[in-house]
Amino acid sequence: MSKHTLSVLVENHAGVLSRVAGLFSRRGFNIDSLAVGVTENPDVSRMTIVVEGDEYIVEQVSKQLNKLVDVIKIKRLDKHESITRELSLIKVSANAATRSEIVQLVEIFRAKIVDVSKTTLTIEASGSGDKVAALEDMLKQFGIKEIVRTGTIAIERGNRIIKVTNNEEGEING
Amino acid sequence: MKITGAEAIIKALELEGTDTIFGYPGAAISPFYDALLNSRIRHILTRHEQGAAHAANGYARVTGKPGVCVSTSGPGATNLITGIANAYMDSIPIIAITGQVRSDMIGTDAFQEADITGSAAPFTKHSYLVKAAGELPRIIKEAFHIAATGRPGPVVIDIPIDVQNSVFEFQSPKAVEIKGYKPTVKGHPMQIKKAAAALEEAKKPVICAGGGVIAANAAGEMLELAEKRNIPVVTTLMGIGAIPSAHPLHFGMVGTHGSQAANSALHHADLVLILGARVGDRAIGAASTLAKRARIIHIDVDPAEIGKNIDVSIPLVGDLKLTLKDLLGYVKASEDKEWLCEAAEKRLKVQQKAAAERGKHKDTGYIDPKYLLSMLADFLPEEAVVTTEVGQNQIWAANNLQVRMPKTFITSGGLGTMGYGLPAAIGAKIGRPDVPVVVISGDGSFQMSMQELGTMKQHDIDVKIVLFNNCRLGMVRELQLTKHSGRYSQVCLDSNPDFTALAAAYGFRGEKICSNDEIRPALERMTGTKGPYLLECMVDPMEPTL
Ligand SMILES: Cc1ncc(C[n+]2csc(CCOP(=O)(O)OP(=O)(O)O)c2C)c(N)n1
Ligand SMILES: [Mg+2]
Repeated sequence: MSKHTLSVLVENHAGVLSRVAGLFSRRGFNIDSLAVGVTENPDVSRMTIVVEGDEYIVEQVSKQLNKLVDVIKIKRLDKHESITRELSLIKVSANAATRSEIVQLVEIFRAKIVDVSKTTLTIEASGSGDKVAALEDMLKQFGIKEIVRTGTIAIERGNRIIKVTNNEEGEING
Repeated sequence: MKITGAEAIIKALELEGTDTIFGYPGAAISPFYDALLNSRIRHILTRHEQGAAHAANGYARVTGKPGVCVSTSGPGATNLITGIANAYMDSIPIIAITGQVRSDMIGTDAFQEADITGSAAPFTKHSYLVKAAGELPRIIKEAFHIAATGRPGPVVIDIPIDVQNSVFEFQSPKAVEIKGYKPTVKGHPMQIKKAAAALEEAKKPVICAGGGVIAANAAGEMLELAEKRNIPVVTTLMGIGAIPSAHPLHFGMVGTHGSQAANSALHHADLVLILGARVGDRAIGAASTLAKRARIIHIDVDPAEIGKNIDVSIPLVGDLKLTLKDLLGYVKASEDKEWLCEAAEKRLKVQQKAAAERGKHKDTGYIDPKYLLSMLADFLPEEAVVTTEVGQNQIWAANNLQVRMPKTFITSGGLGTMGYGLPAAIGAKIGRPDVPVVVISGDGSFQMSMQELGTMKQHDIDVKIVLFNNCRLGMVRELQLTKHSGRYSQVCLDSNPDFTALAAAYGFRGEKICSNDEIRPALERMTGTKGPYLLECMVDPMEPTL
């Protein structure tokens, strides 16, 4: 089973998220993450959906999503041809003895300390899912108290864009 | 001109050419029902909202136009759901208009509030919760477009009562333009050429026709292709009618409850051309082994169906009528009949065996349902519509009726909904008042919708009912025999009413028959009678499905 990233343009109105989420549960597809936000066009939102599954599943997901009238366009992003980011806020236990070690670690990962208390440090980390996971792994030894993660968002490299037009190459239309 | 939202719904329906709607009133839809008084649209008051949805379905299936059903909010709307799900599974275009509580009350668990767009979401092609009256003309136009084009299906329009009451300036909607909805119509020329080449290479091709052939009005093109190359045609349950039963290329229905001739043809094929069928588990059980044996060409208007249940060698997305027309341009005629003869020989054996058994019923006190069904067409014109309920009655009908034209065999395929047949027959009769309509019923299914006799009475709807009374939920009884070693559990209908007396209570004529000798004269009386008729046929509880 591998992970696949879909960039999905949808109508920006109420009910769309529940339609998409309902479709996944109904057809037994596994969502790894789903991030949604409005695009440069206020009528249109973009969902970045990471699904786990083989080729058959990803094809079914794309085709079934495409059947939703609110879904305008779907593109499967090539791992090597796109940039993916995930943001995490991580609260770790810290005391006088461990604080500097944590700060060093955070620097190595090019993350940021965004909040400090007597007993904790809160770290903001962004990057590919792998990088954030690696940082998490390193921080475990200090005691992670809470993690908040966004889903993955992704964009294609270079000058390519995914926007609302009629029948472009690379899209799957239904 | 300023009008109310309720008036706008009616106006928009009229603009879509709607002549009849099926429904049931209530508080949250009352402004609509008030406005209806000033319209020429005919309203059929069913006795249950589910009946309204099934009637809209039957109407749609005989006319090809979307059927419209209407209900109030809450229980009225939830009562529609089975009918909506049924239409979804069979890809039938219906529009369900539901009243909803006041916009500002939504989400408060107000009296008779139900989230119908949410609860019907798994079974709708699309749905709308209308926010403002100004949206109504556009939404209704879009709803008809979405329901009827591409792969057809049900659309729900949920309309809060304040939206129905608000006054606005009605403007005729512009042409439909939906960013995310552009069904593919034309098949890809390269794929069409590949399909043509594969057909010419095949030694033992079979066409498997589904409901899509009928929905796309492509039966003529399909038959032309089959005749051009002597290709045996099998159908799914939904595909019955795509080819006349008596056609030499017709091999019957495939699947668990299909004919031996059809299943055997499929089994020996080296190429299967699947047309507008979704390869459901009841139709093609061993899809993976079939795909290993034979090349598969799958043509469907819904890209998501292709490759879903069976591996396909040549996928082809497009409207069936247009795609088959294009395909015909590339396929050369063939005189080779070897494979056809081989398959036809098997079919003949199966038919002879069946004919020998037919009508020779051992026990007196019962009729042979297969025998009755095999002669029913003799008493009906070829355009006559037959609907069925679900159970043994349905499969007896599917395998034994002479179906002579598309859109004349109407049954619940994907959902297998008991209680569908009678209201569907009512809708069919409204859609085709010029032809006789008969429902093939079972004693169990009949009792799920028998309140619709009241609808027939009130609106003078001439539907003939052939009711197979085996005092059983026969299909389940048989399943318990074969799969649960005869441990019968809750399948006896011991206290059935006197069905003909029930019909008589509505003023309908009827009779009960108990032997094969009575069949012909009874069918003659039934079809010769003007107005509804209930023919109760006593059937052996142990009568097998096949
Ligand atoms: C609404 C609904 N409930 C239950 C079933 C399961 N079921 C399938 S066939 C059948 C028996 C139908 O009995 P009847 O209408 O008398 O038909 P018969 O098989 O006896 O001809 C049942 C209960 C169903 N298909 N639909
Ligand atoms: Mg029965």
